[in-house]
Amino acid sequence: MGNNGTFLHKYLNNQSDAAPLAVFRILFGLLMLISLIRFAANGWIEKLYLEPTFFFSYYGFEWVKPIGDFTYLIFIICGISAIMISIGYKYRLAAFVFFLSFTYIELMDKTTYLNHYYFISIVSFLMIFLPAHAYYSVDAYKYDQLRAQRVPTWAIDAVKLLLFIVYFYAGLAKLNSDWLFHAMPLKLWLPSNYALPILGDLLQKEWVHYFFSWSGALYDLTIPFLLLARKTRLFAFSLVVIFHVLTRVLFPIGMFPYIMIACTLIFFEASFHHKILRIISRLVKVSKNHFDNALDYRFPNSLLKKVSLGIVGLFFVIQLVFPFRHALYPGELFWTEEGYRFSWRVMLMEKAGYANFKIQDSDTGGQFYVDNSEFLTRFQEKQMATQPDFILEFAHHLKDHYKQLGIRKPKIYVESYVALNGRRSSPYINPEVDLTTINKSFKHKTWILPFDDSIKGL
Amino acid sequence: MKKSYIFFLVFILTLIGYSCTDDGPSGPDSSDFDRQAILVNWADNIIIPAFSSFSEKTSELHTAAERFADEPTLANLEGLRENWETAYISFQQVSMFDTGIAIQIRYRDNLNIYPTDPDEIHDNIEEGSSNLELPALNDSQGFPALDYLLYGLAESDAAILKYYTQGDHAAAYRTYLTDLTARIDFLTNEIIDYWQEDYRDDFVQNSGNGANASVDMMVNDYIFYYEKALRAGKVGIPAGVFSGNSLSTHAEAYYRGDLSNRLLLAALDAAQNFFNGKHFNSDETGESLNSYLEYLNTIKNGADLSSLINDQFDSARNEIQTLDDNLAHQVESDNSKMLLAYDELQLNVVYMKVDMLQALNINVDYVDADGD
Repeated sequence: MGNNGTFLHKYLNNQSDAAPLAVFRILFGLLMLISLIRFAANGWIEKLYLEPTFFFSYYGFEWVKPIGDFTYLIFIICGISAIMISIGYKYRLAAFVFFLSFTYIELMDKTTYLNHYYFISIVSFLMIFLPAHAYYSVDAYKYDQLRAQRVPTWAIDAVKLLLFIVYFYAGLAKLNSDWLFHAMPLKLWLPSNYALPILGDLLQKEWVHYFFSWSGALYDLTIPFLLLARKTRLFAFSLVVIFHVLTRVLFPIGMFPYIMIACTLIFFEASFHHKILRIISRLVKVSKNHFDNALDYRFPNSLLKKVSLGIVGLFFVIQLVFPFRHALYPGELFWTEEGYRFSWRVMLMEKAGYANFKIQDSDTGGQFYVDNSEFLTRFQEKQMATQPDFILEFAHHLKDHYKQLGIRKPKIYVESYVALNGRRSSPYINPEVDLTTINKSFKHKTWILPFDDSIKGL
Repeated sequence: MKKSYIFFLVFILTLIGYSCTDDGPSGPDSSDFDRQAILVNWADNIIIPAFSSFSEKTSELHTAAERFADEPTLANLEGLRENWETAYISFQQVSMFDTGIAIQIRYRDNLNIYPTDPDEIHDNIEEGSSNLELPALNDSQGFPALDYLLYGLAESDAAILKYYTQGDHAAAYRTYLTDLTARIDFLTNEIIDYWQEDYRDDFVQNSGNGANASVDMMVNDYIFYYEKALRAGKVGIPAGVFSGNSLSTHAEAYYRGDLSNRLLLAALDAAQNFFNGKHFNSDETGESLNSYLEYLNTIKNGADLSSLINDQFDSARNEIQTLDDNLAHQVESDNSKMLLAYDELQLNVVYMKVDMLQALNINVDYVDADGD
């Protein structure tokens, strides 16, 4: 116990070269800026946040909505803070503003949820508490008392640990019978890439689907260890590049592969990052020597240090435990999706669905069906049809809508079908349940019909 | 030494990555299944022949309308009605191909929005010089407006003829009739020209995957047509599925009456033939959604989806064949049979939109957003 205590104490006071963290900060900010510009240039702000008339909310965040044309302003604020992170100008404030604005964007509509966006949100949260601006930043350039070539080792390790969790948990999630023994959903996804040169024909072969499934799982599970060990690091990084470039080629996955490739650079030794910084120095004509003062970073006050350590510690406890919350729910996770999000289940299943809502007037007994496209975009409709919490939220929206139209007490039923990983579609939500009688909650949703097959695994 | 090796590696791999990422021209044909052959079959054996055939009908329709306008006799009225009927049935074979320029000129909206608006039609005629290109006037033109002008103006043929022969607006009524047939013919020719010029090759060459690839777009348009225009428009809406009370006046060809069932069957046949890649006006079949699903099925040993979908088309047809020739009458006399037909049509929405799209790995949305 005492030994552990001194070990922890010693570890927390360890200092390492700050260059990896500085390079991480620069690349992260830059890639965020590019991602935001790409998002806007694709017209997605308008398509995803301005055109829809209804937005799906996360539990407790119903108040977070797009704010009309001012939504652009949120993206601009987010972009500016990304630049500030990259150059390290008013860094902590910038990280805080970036975290808030980016997370606000993600909370506006649950439809657009991606693990990648969640990753960005929590990385930026973490960055608020890391002294990534102590070295090679505008802040460090200006303030002598801040400038430090060495930062606490734990600050660099925190980023590594988060990456470790993302990869390893994604690998654990792949250890299921659909992925390993049926090569699903890759068997559905890969053949449609027939038009690729060379690969196109290979992707039609069944053994290739299995090969991709198994090597994908193996990659996720081992890559964090291979990156940690000095001997295998170079090999591991080339795997990272191959893996992510391949996912970029095969799937519409946007900026994420590049972000992950950039993030994993943090595993390399400081000398490598100094090389990168020398190149940057030449490009932007900044003297790198100005920062090389061999000093240790000191928190401005001990309170900030304690608070930072406390929050980062708590953050990791949550990150380690939260992805396993699905164990608290009965039923097949892929079917009910109770505890599915925020758990690094990345490109893990293929689900398609169809939901047909029936409105019944309790007073007259009359009934009719809803044309979903009257309320939802195709993208929203698609996401809604396979996820129970979306279905419930939409049903409640329909209740409010038809009450306004004068139906005093509408009952709402849904006839829905979902196909999971290439199985035949089967009924999804209990069509006898009046969804207006169900409240939103994190309790098990008994109104989901049971999955008529089994998927073994984690 | 070691470090420069990393840079070199990253550089090469990123280069490879970039060279492959964007949707370039299609690679060599797949050894097992040639997806481009589906596009060739669709374009050359189904879509273009169907439009060509339809354009002959629209041209004859316009000629008949002009003949009637010159000489508004009962015989010419009947001739015009015959041409209208032939063309309307023929239209069911092209209505689903609302892709490319057709979507830009809102082809289906211009030709077949119903119920038509009689008041607007009378206003257009009596005010003269109405701009039919305005989307607001979609419901006072096309086949449904002709339906009203040829059958719905009055109870008897003699009374209908009076509109074209007597009164201040007789000439305007005749002109409006030919304006409508001219517009149908003009828009149809625009689409034919478009397909025959460059679009056919663009369509066939765009054989990759992704939201903007031809197969993905066509399948999305096809399902959209089946769900909205066929299932909902022809059956669901008149049967009151979306409103709670039946709306017999919303049946297709309401004023003519006894044509609506035949239009529905023609549309259903066309939809099933497209699914099976059946050549236009022939029993030959080519590569299609059906054969593609069969091919994919051999990979995944899944459910035999293509026969499931074909069986469902058949049972929908059987149900529809028991309905009255006049679907408005069917709604009024026994709507439950109409609802049964709707349910049969509905099942194929699930099979196509859920199972088929999953099997083909096609997204139902046009937003080319990032995946996870």
